[in-house]
Amino acid sequence: MITPIRAELTVTDNVPFGQPVFWPDGQRRFYALTLERPEWKSWQPGQFIMLRPLSGEECVWARPMSICRVTSQSLVLFIRVVGSATDRFSRLKSGDKVIVWGPLGTGFDMRPDTPTLLLARGVGIAPFAGYADMHPDPSSLSMLFGHSLPSSNYPTDAMAARIEVESLHDRTPEELEEFHRVARLRMTEYKERGGICLACGPMPFLKKVWRFANEIDLPTQLLLEERMSCGTGACLGCSAVTSKHWPDPVKAGLPVQTCTSGPVFWAKELDLDASLSERRD
Amino acid sequence: MDLRATLVPGLLELKNPIMSAAGTFGSGLEYSPYGDITQLGGIITNGLTLRPCMGSPMPRVAETPSGLLTSIGTQNDGVEHFVRHVLPQLPWQDVPIIPNLNANFVEDFSELAGILAAEPGIAALEVNLSCRNDNRSGQRFNQNTVTAARAVSAVKKAAGSKPVIAKLSPQIMDIVEVARSVEAAGADVISCIGTVQGLAVDVRERRAMLGSITGGLSGPAVKPLALRCVWQISHAVDIPVIGVGGIRTAQDVLEFMLVGAHAVAVGSASFSDPEAIFRIVRELPAVCEEYGVSDLDAFRGSLQG
Ligand SMILES: Cc1cc2nc3c(=O)[nH]c(=O)nc-3n(C[C@H](O)[C@H](O)[C@H](O)COP(=O)(O)OP(=O)(O)OC[C@H]3O[C@@H](n4cnc5c(N)ncnc54)[C@H](O)[C@@H]3O)c2cc1C
Ligand SMILES: Cc1cc2nc3c(=O)[nH]c(=O)nc-3n(C[C@H](O)[C@H](O)[C@H](O)COP(=O)(O)O)c2cc1C
Ligand code: FES
Repeated sequence: MITPIRAELTVTDNVPFGQPVFWPDGQRRFYALTLERPEWKSWQPGQFIMLRPLSGEECVWARPMSICRVTSQSLVLFIRVVGSATDRFSRLKSGDKVIVWGPLGTGFDMRPDTPTLLLARGVGIAPFAGYADMHPDPSSLSMLFGHSLPSSNYPTDAMAARIEVESLHDRTPEELEEFHRVARLRMTEYKERGGICLACGPMPFLKKVWRFANEIDLPTQLLLEERMSCGTGACLGCSAVTSKHWPDPVKAGLPVQTCTSGPVFWAKELDLDASLSERRD
Repeated sequence: MDLRATLVPGLLELKNPIMSAAGTFGSGLEYSPYGDITQLGGIITNGLTLRPCMGSPMPRVAETPSGLLTSIGTQNDGVEHFVRHVLPQLPWQDVPIIPNLNANFVEDFSELAGILAAEPGIAALEVNLSCRNDNRSGQRFNQNTVTAARAVSAVKKAAGSKPVIAKLSPQIMDIVEVARSVEAAGADVISCIGTVQGLAVDVRERRAMLGSITGGLSGPAVKPLALRCVWQISHAVDIPVIGVGGIRTAQDVLEFMLVGAHAVAVGSASFSDPEAIFRIVRELPAVCEEYGVSDLDAFRGSLQG
């Protein structure tokens, strides 16, 4: 296990990614936020940090963000603005201070000689940038990337320089269906090649991938983006329900914390159909 | 400076008045990467029930102005799991470990207390009286002086020599009456406040932010409410009070002591910074000095009208 550390870091850069897109329910904006590199001994792609501006009362709690890239100098995050905290992150400027704790949670499996399919949707591409950077044999990787906004909003170009990227832009429900169809097709191909699959994106997409993985019996990992508040395993706000295949039989079928037992899980060890249902209030 | 806080002489003596609040610090081990948990005054661990509990539907957390709305539904692996697998890993010889008891029947409170009281690693028991009472169609135990007292006296009987802390939340007719009733029922200490029921909605989606619709509000938003309760209760009872609600800094700790608290518990502040509670412990002596406080016993309850 990699021990997380808490640090106060300086923002070194924060740039909009692509043009803002006007959507019926508001603007869609993306940012690449660069922080000075924390003193981490190691980290794994798929792991995340909790992030909070050091000052400013409008953001009292932290938010989880995937570690997108780590270089010798910096930690880069890729952020989509969806609400108050991500809007606040988009307004961070060079020199501002943030509180970061991490690296947190589990990372993606990395197997040098196994064909590995990366399935990303939207901002779910973030952890795969670092995955492609760190993989010892990028030729064994390929990514299928689905997005409803223009590809210029996502860091695909930098990734395409290192790995094979197949990008599908969906503007209609039919095109989204087509993306899901292609995802299942690619998964079937990787099953035949003895490969594995790693997926990250919104929950409806992950549920589809989870179902496909079970049907095809392809070893698949999913990165779950649950709402979190502590990131340490203490608040129990981020639970996911395990399946009967969970390695610890005592916890099989019971909730576990996404922030410590995940966010990366093997699909067959989860039960995404199970609902946490004790409704009392 | 002497920071020790005596809640029950010989039985519950803290090296400093700062504890972690139930449900916000896990078992304590979750925070050991961020500080030395044996330096805390005490660790009140996550809510326990007799049997494992799945908890509330997702989502369970939502941010509100200066607050956090949560509904966890006491997800936990049950008291047996805690006693067998968690407690042995905790540094109970160096820091008081105080489990938080949750039940929907008085009998379950009593059984829980019996199991926990048999453990040498446990310093005291905290009874969460904002649990729902299934014998009174889900009314909360602390909504009424009789049920609050019944739960406390059941726990007290089963607890042997372990001190019992009664935890109150403020959404009741008269918190002072309830405080008096739990004191009379044998509570050794009162802690307050638990979370306050609230609701957060998303107008665009026309949905509640939480899966269970309503949830408990915590954080800086509830601090004035907590200060008021501690002030009222500490005037009404002779037992010590642990102040809880919105504490983020060492200055907040002094505010609670000024209105009469013997000790405090830091809750959701740990979510906005995992180092918060350790920093509060570290900074308390300097902050006392800054405000000219040289003796916490003398300072306690010295609020001027
Ligand atoms: C492990 C992990 C890694 C993540 N990595 C990234 C990343 O690299 N880049 C990125 O932009 N985001 C990432 N997220 C999601 C990000 O944390 C949320 O978008 C953010 O917390 C929203 O905060 P907000 O205050 O801006 O929005 P809020 O005001 O909290 O919410 C706005 C809307 O977004 C929804 N929402 C909130 N949180 C989530 C969530 N976790 N998943 C889906 N919908 C949500 C709410 O229901 C609401 O409708 C990650 C989440 C997790 C758990
Ligand atoms: C996520 C969460 C879980 C909680 N669980 C419990 C619990 O199981 N039992 C209990 O008595 N109080 C519980 N509480 C209440 C806290 O112990 C505390 O009383 C409350 O949060 C107010 O303090 P704060 O503002 O510092 O967070 C919980 C609070 C939160 C935020
Ligand atoms: S975010 Fe608190 S337990 Fe996972």
